Amino acid sequence: MARAATTADAFNAVAEPRRREILDLLAGGERPVNDLVALLGLAQPLVSKHLRVLREVGLVEVRGDGRQRVYRLNAGPLKPIYDWVKPYEQAWSRRFGRLDTVLEELVLEELVQGEREAEEDGENGRDE
Amino acid sequence: MAVTSSRAVVTLPGDTQILITREFDAPAHLVYRAWTEPDLVRRWWSGDRGEVTSVDIDLRVGGVWRFVMTANAGFEVAFHGEYREIVPAERMVWTEVFEGMPDAEALNTITFTEADGHTTVRILVQHASQEHRDAHINFGMEDGLQEALDQLEAVARSLR
Repeated sequence: MARAATTADAFNAVAEPRRREILDLLAGGERPVNDLVALLGLAQPLVSKHLRVLREVGLVEVRGDGRQRVYRLNAGPLKPIYDWVKPYEQAWSRRFGRLDTVLEELVLEELVQGEREAEEDGENGRDE
Repeated sequence: MAVTSSRAVVTLPGDTQILITREFDAPAHLVYRAWTEPDLVRRWWSGDRGEVTSVDIDLRVGGVWRFVMTANAGFEVAFHGEYREIVPAERMVWTEVFEGMPDAEALNTITFTEADGHTTVRILVQHASQEHRDAHINFGMEDGLQEALDQLEAVARSLR
């Protein structure tokens, strides 16, 4: 998949861990910029820089609320990323579905084994 | 009743990484067994895409592994690598090479985190470049294998 090298699309914008953290925080609802600064523990100019990148690709929207600027998430631009990863994720889901079956058997095996041992211990107990 | 999410969750923590997360309704030592014993791996590793035909696991640091599967469409795919770290039922690190793309070696880290009899498995796939990471995801697509082989065949034909 060809990519722009700059912060031209959502793919690049979310490659930065701090920007993903901001999106995670905004997923719970809109927040004033001061909240984000406090929660991230970063300097305000750095947070503003990340927010600017996220705004450029349309991942966050901002509104003025008195003297505060309040940011909220706009998840739409994330859809191409999700669509791209989805088939890969589905392949893993099917693989893990089979693993579930294997694990069910192992859990059962261990349970039966445990009961057998408990029985044997019980019998030994009576012998003594 | 135990609630297990049947869905694997895939995220991209960085440009060169893939993170796969899934919770299993079994304790960590059993999940670890299912990942490391050939007879068990054979039963799930191919998912619905084909049959596992060969599983070699030399489970020690520096030991080599190789899995081969025959896809439903009839062609064979193989992966191999080397174990770098092994902490039973907790953590493993290994290299992984898809033999169809031998340059794109990934370093995989798996952790098994048990809580209340459930185990969360996290697999972090670390590629050397974004190009390789992206190719890995593209190849992971359901029909990706077939498409790639069709392309290969087309290239081979054009070389005749």
